Amino acid sequence: MITYPVFSYQKAKKPQRMVNHQEKQTPIIEVKGLNVRTREGEILKNINLQIPRNKIVVLLGPSGCGKTTLLKSLNRLTDLHKELQVSGEVLIDGVDILKVSRDLPIMRQKMGLLSQRPFPLPVSIYRNVAYGLKLKGIRSKDLIAHSVESNLKRVGLWDEVKNRLNSPANSLSIGQQQRLCLARGLAVKPAIILADEPTSALDPISTKIIENLFKELKEHYTIILVTHVLRQAVRLADHVVFMYYGDIIEQGHPDDILKRPQTEVLKKYLVDGN
Amino acid sequence: MRTWKVWEQRLVKGISFLAAYSVIFILLFLLFVVFSKGLKALSWGTVFSLPKGGYYFGGEGGILNAIVGSFYLSVGATVLAVIIGVPAALFINVQLIRLKRTQNTIRYLLDALWGIPSIVYGAFGFALMLLLGLHASLLAGIITVALLITPILVRAFDEVLKTIPVELQEASFSLGSTKTETALRVIFKQGLAGFITALLLAFGRGIGDAASVLFTAGYTDNIPVTLDEPVATLPLSIFFQLSSPIEEVRERAYAAAVVLTFFILLISVSARFLSKRYAKNIIK
Repeated sequence: MITYPVFSYQKAKKPQRMVNHQEKQTPIIEVKGLNVRTREGEILKNINLQIPRNKIVVLLGPSGCGKTTLLKSLNRLTDLHKELQVSGEVLIDGVDILKVSRDLPIMRQKMGLLSQRPFPLPVSIYRNVAYGLKLKGIRSKDLIAHSVESNLKRVGLWDEVKNRLNSPANSLSIGQQQRLCLARGLAVKPAIILADEPTSALDPISTKIIENLFKELKEHYTIILVTHVLRQAVRLADHVVFMYYGDIIEQGHPDDILKRPQTEVLKKYLVDGN
Repeated sequence: MRTWKVWEQRLVKGISFLAAYSVIFILLFLLFVVFSKGLKALSWGTVFSLPKGGYYFGGEGGILNAIVGSFYLSVGATVLAVIIGVPAALFINVQLIRLKRTQNTIRYLLDALWGIPSIVYGAFGFALMLLLGLHASLLAGIITVALLITPILVRAFDEVLKTIPVELQEASFSLGSTKTETALRVIFKQGLAGFITALLLAFGRGIGDAASVLFTAGYTDNIPVTLDEPVATLPLSIFFQLSSPIEEVRERAYAAAVVLTFFILLISVSARFLSKRYAKNIIK
């Protein structure tokens, strides 16, 4: 029998699992010598990166520098783009996701995804959140209902949708859809949230809601955020990775990267970006 | 200059108005001719009875053989076309994703096949029938109509699959779905409205085509019990009756045309209704 940890909105504020001090020190993701190329050329060049646990890591850089490709390499969504050739190592809690085959769906469940534009599934609001739980083999209707409610509460959507849970997900506003996608991702209890410019299609109020959620969630999750908005990086980042033409140019604490850039290319990006 | 622009605007508006309403007028005129001539000869007996002796010389009976035959033939052909068409559409969109030139060539060929007159399919079906040692039968008719509607179905499915955003698949995979789960629970649901529309339109094309079954399906006054027996179809029933020198028989041809038009309209309305119903969840 599959046991599933039930959590309520209040309970969710507590850590989901005990993480000892040593585990907290080790990076949750380690990228070693990652290369992604197409026939036309290289998109990522020998990327080496460590993502610390329970932090918001911001990937920064101009359009086309490989941020999204790096993000998609982490949960192997690059498989969907047959033109991409990927080599190297992407270790998630020590397991190389590029080498797993049968366990790939389980590995992917460790990483929730928020894309630029929200893409709810073509089903009802309720079924969107329940989808991942059913994939995990959870059949108890009570358990699913409880998880749907608690996750919708967690993203602040419950009060807005509780009377129309069976309505199509596409009937929600874009901001609500993005929060629904977040709730859907959280329902499968990931350790990492991959967010690819999740606020780029949102209005300022919805953006603020998502940002505040990220600040709350980082207590229990590692968040990797791709953004073009420097102010957002300043507001959220614990660690900044600056990329340029498929390379990591600089990385470190936001104060060092954003206030005391070492390279000319980053200086120019920050000046132009501001 | 300004006056000319106003006149230009009015001219374009007038031409568009005329074009749009002439299409509607032609459709209404067609329906008027068919229904005014056919309703006179249409009765329960026409629809629910088989032709009796001398029916094609003005004797008693109906066109139940052609109605049921058309239904059998179109359902069989649509099922066969789906069996071939769905994997073909998936192959174009999934396996050939890296080979854009091959993809486009196949699409171009399918479009060309779509445009071939159905009599050519009939002639090809006849040749195939002889090659396989078949005779004019329900099976030979099903194969020929399936050949006719498969390119339509593949291209329609292909267009539906092309519109499904890759991000939707990414969302499904990131929740831990396998490829099969994503195909069945996400892609299928997202494309369902389009698939149903394509299916019904292909079915409509199959039920209404006369030329492709002229040489292959044969004709009979009975309802076939096995695939090996000849089958009557509504288009051929209309064709044979309309060729008659007897006025009463020609009127019955229009009655059969009313039945066929009714089926086509029913399919069209159903396609619209079902696609609207299943489109409510679609992510745009």
